[in-house]
Amino acid sequence: MADAPGPSASVAFKRELTQVIPHLRAFARGLCGRPDMADDLVQETLLKAWAAQERFEPGTSMRAWTFVILRNAYLTDMRRNRFRADYDETVAERILVAPAAQEGPLHLSDMHRALLTLPPERREALLLVGAGGFSYEEAAQICQCAVGTIKSRVGRARAALTAMMDSGALPRRSTEDAVAHDAIMDELDSTVQAGSE
Amino acid sequence: MGEGKSKRMAKDKRKSPVVKQGQDTGAPNAPEWAAGLRRLYDAVVEEPLPDSFSQLLEQLDRNGES
Repeated sequence: MADAPGPSASVAFKRELTQVIPHLRAFARGLCGRPDMADDLVQETLLKAWAAQERFEPGTSMRAWTFVILRNAYLTDMRRNRFRADYDETVAERILVAPAAQEGPLHLSDMHRALLTLPPERREALLLVGAGGFSYEEAAQICQCAVGTIKSRVGRARAALTAMMDSGALPRRSTEDAVAHDAIMDELDSTVQAGSE
Repeated sequence: MGEGKSKRMAKDKRKSPVVKQGQDTGAPNAPEWAAGLRRLYDAVVEEPLPDSFSQLLEQLDRNGES
């Protein structure tokens, strides 16, 4: 029978858990899109992680450990249809990414929308490796699959996004036509400029 | 059928694809959106944290002590 973790272990656990919360939020937001739902998912993850804290091996990656918990919670919730392929643009909309090609600036909301069109397993693989900075091996452990599977999913996700960006076939905002889209972009750009003054 | 003397020894030339960790393997040249993807993630990481999270941990901590 293992000893119950001493107070210092528990303090360290809490500290480490606190430190990964921003990463859990980022991963959750990428997975399910909506900030409010993402934060619910993180709360759920914290509760589960806390309850399972004796299973955490000190010295191993808290981020990887909690990502597994978050991912499993997400999949369970998905099966219950709690999340839809929905997203919130309010935050992302205002942030411009470096100008992309001739099409004008790539907005984070465009990026996010494109990401959300990917099948969930490719999306999570790309999030882990391309955004979270996990190695393929770590991502494979988190997703409980083979390294080759992760590589293949990341490759396909990248190819799909690249094709989407190259062809300009980004899913639009609620307005379908490109003219309206451009008008929105112009308006947005002036809003951003006005806001930075 | 090819005539040539099969000079070619089966040179067990094992091509080990040296794939560096964290390198862009899937994409020939890092696509422009790759930085956007990281920013998407980082933007959330850098957001101020709602108090609800620390409150939850405090509460769990207190419950554990009782």
